Amino acid sequence: MTRKSKVLLAALLAPLAGMASAADLTLNVEIPNLPVAEYHRPYVAIWVEDGSQAIAANLALWYQVRGDHTKWLPDLRQWWRRGGRDVKVPVDGLTGATRPAGQHILKFDAAAEPLSKLKPGRYELVLEAVREVGGREAVRIPFEWPIKAAQRGNAQGKTELGAVALALNP
Amino acid sequence: MNYAKLAVALLAVTPAASFAARAWLLPSQTIVARSGGWVTFDAANSDDLFSFNQGAMPVDSLSVSGGDGTAVTPQNVARGKTRSSFDLELRAPGTYRVAVAGDVVMARWEEDGMPKRWRGTPAEMAANIPANAARLEVEQVQRRVETFVTVGSPTDIKSIGAGLELVPTRHPNDLYAGEAARFRFLLDGKPAKDLAVEIIAGGTRYRDAPAAMELKTDADGMISVTWPAPGLYWLEAEVKDEKATVPGVKKRTAAYDATLEVLPQ
Repeated sequence: MTRKSKVLLAALLAPLAGMASAADLTLNVEIPNLPVAEYHRPYVAIWVEDGSQAIAANLALWYQVRGDHTKWLPDLRQWWRRGGRDVKVPVDGLTGATRPAGQHILKFDAAAEPLSKLKPGRYELVLEAVREVGGREAVRIPFEWPIKAAQRGNAQGKTELGAVALALNP
Repeated sequence: MNYAKLAVALLAVTPAASFAARAWLLPSQTIVARSGGWVTFDAANSDDLFSFNQGAMPVDSLSVSGGDGTAVTPQNVARGKTRSSFDLELRAPGTYRVAVAGDVVMARWEEDGMPKRWRGTPAEMAANIPANAARLEVEQVQRRVETFVTVGSPTDIKSIGAGLELVPTRHPNDLYAGEAARFRFLLDGKPAKDLAVEIIAGGTRYRDAPAAMELKTDADGMISVTWPAPGLYWLEAEVKDEKATVPGVKKRTAAYDATLEVLPQ
């Protein structure tokens, strides 16, 4: 992450953390600007994985909702095998349209589903992105649950994802 | 008769297992999101994996079952010069088991000093082999060439209980590079121990070494394979024994081939 994007990220996350009255998981996801001839917005899956590599909580799934494009969901290979194939899309609060390049902030209430169902333990937040006529990439950020103290984690994508920052606020 | 014609003639009467060309099915896709679509298969006998440059595999004995175990009829079955092909409509979720499977008897004998051959089902044997055939040699050949396609979530691969077969511990549509997969081989429904299993990655035309993985099953008929790289793989195993299951026949060859797709992590 560049110094500039770190500052930007802190600025974005700070008011959110301040506002939070209940514990939350906040995620800043950067979808990179790619100088390619044919660009399509990536499909992105974001989930929480437990030690058995199964999906403990699905957080977000962005795909081309308009039209009939669910046939490409298995291209999110890790998400698909870990349990995505059992998700009957669309799902309220989980699925949504693909998003453009830039920073995207997602916030999840720790006391609400799906996070409220997590048992105490070590988890990994996983982000996987795949782009039509492009590549596929997954990044992981480990964290502890429940949120006893503030936790911060970062990952840096190389191709399909940019900087990813995770903040757990008690 | 030129060499090619001779080869084709031999192919028709010789147990596939003893013939050099590898038998394989090539699916257009192995993991499908939802029902309602189609998958196409090529079927060929060729040493190069998976290039159809030798001969088409006959697909008269196609056997396809869907996720619930019921038979599914392939469509647009066509036999070309270098490959056969067929389409499969995926009407329901689950794992489709797609196989060219046969259980035949092959016989050779002499009649009036002339060599005779016959190949057919065990039921037709009595009517086609003369009772007084001289130098009679009969062999049962059980053969299964298969691959798997899963729509949505995988369903279990159940044992057939006859011939040589693979019963996966790790589902054949859930294979990833760098991960170990365990498979059990059964012969007549029982663990096939000390069985030699060969696994070769596709794309043999583009490398100098065959790079075959040679494995041997343990006492439970199990092998463990750690896939070195993503891609299509061809697996083969064969048993020659004297345990034919056809009355009046002793010698038996049971062969198994599978095409498996391994995905990147």
